[in-house]
Amino acid sequence: MSHYYLNHLKELEAESIYVIREVFAQFQNPAILFSGGKDSIVLTHLARKAFFPAKIPFPLVHIDTGHNFPETMEYRDWLVDALGAKLIVGSVQDSIDKGRVREETGLNASRNVLQTTTLLDTIEQYKLDCCMGGARRDEEKARAKERFFSHRDEFGQWDPKNQRPELWHLFNGRKNMGEHFRVFPISNWTEMDVWQYILHDNIPLPQLYFAHERDVIERNGTLLAVSEFLNMRGDEIVHNKTVRFRTCGDLPITGAIESTASTLEEIIFEVAASRQTERGNRADDKRSETAMEDRKKQGYF
Amino acid sequence: MEHKAYLDMELLRFTTAGSVDDGKSTLIGRLLFDTKSIFEDQMEAVKRSSEKKGIQHIDLSLLTDGLKDEREQGITIDVAYRYFATPKRKFIIADTPGHVQYIRNMVTGASTANLALILVDARNGLTEQTYRHSYIASLLQIKHVIVCINKMDLVDYSEERFDDIVRDYKDFAAKLDIHDIRFIPISALHGDNVVHRSEKMEWYDGPTLIYLLETIHIASDENHIDCRFAVQTVIRPHSEDYHDFRGYAGRILGGIFRKGDEVMILPSGFTSTIKAIQTFDGELEEAFAPLSVTIELNDDIDISRGDMIVRVNNKPEVTQDVDIMVCWLNNNPMQLGHKYILRHTTREVRAMVKEIVYKIDINTMQRQEGEKQFAARDIGRIRLRTTAPVFTDPYRVNKHTGSLILIDEVTNETVAAGMIV
Repeated sequence: MSHYYLNHLKELEAESIYVIREVFAQFQNPAILFSGGKDSIVLTHLARKAFFPAKIPFPLVHIDTGHNFPETMEYRDWLVDALGAKLIVGSVQDSIDKGRVREETGLNASRNVLQTTTLLDTIEQYKLDCCMGGARRDEEKARAKERFFSHRDEFGQWDPKNQRPELWHLFNGRKNMGEHFRVFPISNWTEMDVWQYILHDNIPLPQLYFAHERDVIERNGTLLAVSEFLNMRGDEIVHNKTVRFRTCGDLPITGAIESTASTLEEIIFEVAASRQTERGNRADDKRSETAMEDRKKQGYF
Repeated sequence: MEHKAYLDMELLRFTTAGSVDDGKSTLIGRLLFDTKSIFEDQMEAVKRSSEKKGIQHIDLSLLTDGLKDEREQGITIDVAYRYFATPKRKFIIADTPGHVQYIRNMVTGASTANLALILVDARNGLTEQTYRHSYIASLLQIKHVIVCINKMDLVDYSEERFDDIVRDYKDFAAKLDIHDIRFIPISALHGDNVVHRSEKMEWYDGPTLIYLLETIHIASDENHIDCRFAVQTVIRPHSEDYHDFRGYAGRILGGIFRKGDEVMILPSGFTSTIKAIQTFDGELEEAFAPLSVTIELNDDIDISRGDMIVRVNNKPEVTQDVDIMVCWLNNNPMQLGHKYILRHTTREVRAMVKEIVYKIDINTMQRQEGEKQFAARDIGRIRLRTTAPVFTDPYRVNKHTGSLILIDEVTNETVAAGMIV
């Protein structure tokens, strides 16, 4: 019976598709949180597989900080068009204009934290009762504690010490009015799994992930892309380097790495040999030791 | 790592339970470290935290304790999942706290595991925690158990001490339902027999821990005999290309389904044949657990979520009386006559507690009869009566169709884990 087993990518895929279908069946108005990063791209790809030959039955929700890489926006619009999916944009600029949040100031100012308010407002406005995200447990220590089905109270908050037990693959998405769920179908995937799967399924990605030339500055050991959104000190020197991005967040906080990897195979080789985690150069995680946990409790992704 | 090889790796899920004292965190740290799965920036962060706490050595438990309270108090509260890979396999560790108040986390971690790793301190021998964790592994029908007798360096790498503990464990395990138990003498601190063979224990000629983890046979952990497919949802594209398409989406929970098979649908009892097994990547001739697929039938039958597709001559039990071993997970106690929502496969029904048969004292494994209620962490046998039939197999025959959860109708919390007897 030896050929009746699945390799790990097939098993992970089967698990994720099962979770995505449970979301569709258990919720009234679920959506996919789409950042344009590789994890949400893989999630969207899996959702498409889960309902084939029907169209993907979820809208894509993009929380737009206004500080995007242009490559991400192009990719987003192309994908939405290709899938025939609905796109919902929650704008951080709108939240600022309405006085819901206040823009950070200073050298390391970013709109990362502000996204939480915009996200929760968007969830309320569109009455979304479940948002799927591409977060993985191997990414970060607070995320290692996440459930597949993660309950959020009426304030959108996560209570990590009082999570529902999650047994076998029996997911409990029951909730009261006003509460919602975050669901993470690729919880068990590692960065390596994601890259291998992208290669195996030949999933198109934004160009940011491949080596390209770019003007950058070096700050706190991280290479940051020069753009109109990055506040710079007078003494910071701009270099033109061959770089790529391992993650794809907001422009001013996502660090690049020097790399010449221009194909998926080369990226996989680089990931396998890497001695740094992929979020190691995300400024948003570096604000404190528990930066992710603190943000997640508030309702962050 | 050659990426082609990586594409064809098996996935092994294992669980560990225990407290910081018995060296569990050190062992996990050692596995991650010796398989080169810890990144430099993670190591730097752990070093910084260790220094801040005034600890001389690098505290590897900080790698596994993720929440603020856990790090501050030096305890593990919740299940944490860890990932590592060797060239042969990919591993998911469900790392759970071992104290008695965290049985629900242990049960959660054990529910998806192929294998349980049980740590015994060579100086202390078997403890209540060993019994508890072993009992849960047996109750949750984890097929493989590896008993790591740790801290061998503190007993002079004594073969005699190892043999004594193995004998004690075998005596105790005779009462359990675990068929594959292995023993390894290790020192997690020094790395003996974890990833590298020990030079201090030449008397031991068995495998290292990592060798066992890489090679233990898990392909037969799924049931490939009894065909079970629980419908999650119905796919009807209503598009021009697929105008009449009607597919049943779900995951194969047991057996091997083939195109052309004669099948029966529960609860209706109608029969049909499989027209096609669809996936995004093309049609399959056959499909087996745990694949997620979409099944098309040759007849138009009313089928919806919660229905089950099975083989005509191999049916699960169709019943409203469910006899289970239950772990009570909630602080609100369960009483005779209480009603709950029961979720089994993709089916949701209401259930009432009809009878409390007995409770188990997990430390002595004695049965206590005549109990009136179950409090948090109680384990025992109960009988439920459901409002509509469920389609069950014994848990020991099929974990997917033999497991259920109970949900509180008011709080919506998952309050119990049940294994069908």
